[in-house]
Amino acid sequence: MSDVLKYFRQERLPHIWCPGCGHGTVTGALVRAIERLGLDKNKVCVVSGIGCSSRAVGYLDFDTLHTAHGRALAFATGIKLARPDLKVVVMTGDGDCTAIGGNHFIHAARRNIGITTIVMNNEIYGMTSGQYSPMTPKGMVGTTAPYGNVERSFDLCELAKAAGATFVGRSTTYHVPLLIDLIEKALQNDGFSVVESIGQCPTYLGRKNKIGGAVEMLNWIKDQSVNVKAAAALPPEKVKGKFLIGELHNAPAPEYSSEQGELIGRVQRNYSDIKGGLWECASNSD
Amino acid sequence: MSEQKKSYLHVVREKYCKGCGICVAFCPKQVLSLKNGKVFAEKPDLCIGCRMCELRCPDFAIEIRQKGEDEARAADAGSVDYEIPPEAHHA
Repeated sequence: MSDVLKYFRQERLPHIWCPGCGHGTVTGALVRAIERLGLDKNKVCVVSGIGCSSRAVGYLDFDTLHTAHGRALAFATGIKLARPDLKVVVMTGDGDCTAIGGNHFIHAARRNIGITTIVMNNEIYGMTSGQYSPMTPKGMVGTTAPYGNVERSFDLCELAKAAGATFVGRSTTYHVPLLIDLIEKALQNDGFSVVESIGQCPTYLGRKNKIGGAVEMLNWIKDQSVNVKAAAALPPEKVKGKFLIGELHNAPAPEYSSEQGELIGRVQRNYSDIKGGLWECASNSD
Repeated sequence: MSEQKKSYLHVVREKYCKGCGICVAFCPKQVLSLKNGKVFAEKPDLCIGCRMCELRCPDFAIEIRQKGEDEARAADAGSVDYEIPPEAHHA
């Protein structure tokens, strides 16, 4: 850990997350993946939106940006286009990514821009006292669903896959070695990568649904998850009602910022033969 | 001659520990326990060095070091000079 503590702003620690909150585990996993890859601190930019999860950037000693609610991916797109040499990581929560920033999410996936998105899914809006989110499982209780949530929840990995993300993985805060492996692979993927990490919110989801504290919630998450490799061999009735973890999709495709760079180069070459160049040509056109 | 059993050192940052009990509950050898709301290594001899407590800890409060190998590693949270801004350490 002392190897990875250098990636934290240690004067800000201990963090403000509740005891047993899964967000710290995911932040630790990201830092360990970066340490394993040996990335330069100055070549990593971490962007986040609003919410419990998005406080993570405050503790990380990279170039970080804490942006408007749901707009982390929009800001990250700008950073990636301005500086394609940076590794851009977005840390976002389930409400931030799927509700408020849902449109930004599918369009970033459609463009296949080189951003690694880590969705810290605790299945509830933790910061604002436990309203149900689009990722809250059906039937669970939240502050705004006191008799149970009747809405169906998103399958974020299927959504990302359908929208065009080139790397999609899911893990939990119980399966941390898998989570570190997935983040490492996602960081190496040249294109839009999504790692969904299902975590525990003992303060709201655990308490309101009478699941218990952090330990009981981790057991609850563990019981619901099936590895994608094991699921292929299991009979379908054993997989029903559970979510798959592991590497779910990996299909490399041309990356957006490099394609955009190529386009700019091509257009500039077209005009370089003309007297006065591109600038003269653009200012003289009617 | 059989290989000598590896032994491990448990570094706990009490300032960071919030006593959530995740490391205690999921330790495969029941090495750890809570005392006054903070984790401590009750039976350090049983530790097999799987480092799952270190990976799962949401507060970066526990760390396992193999004795004799990576004992004298980089600075701990207690020995950091917070007067120096973190940017000063950048390459």
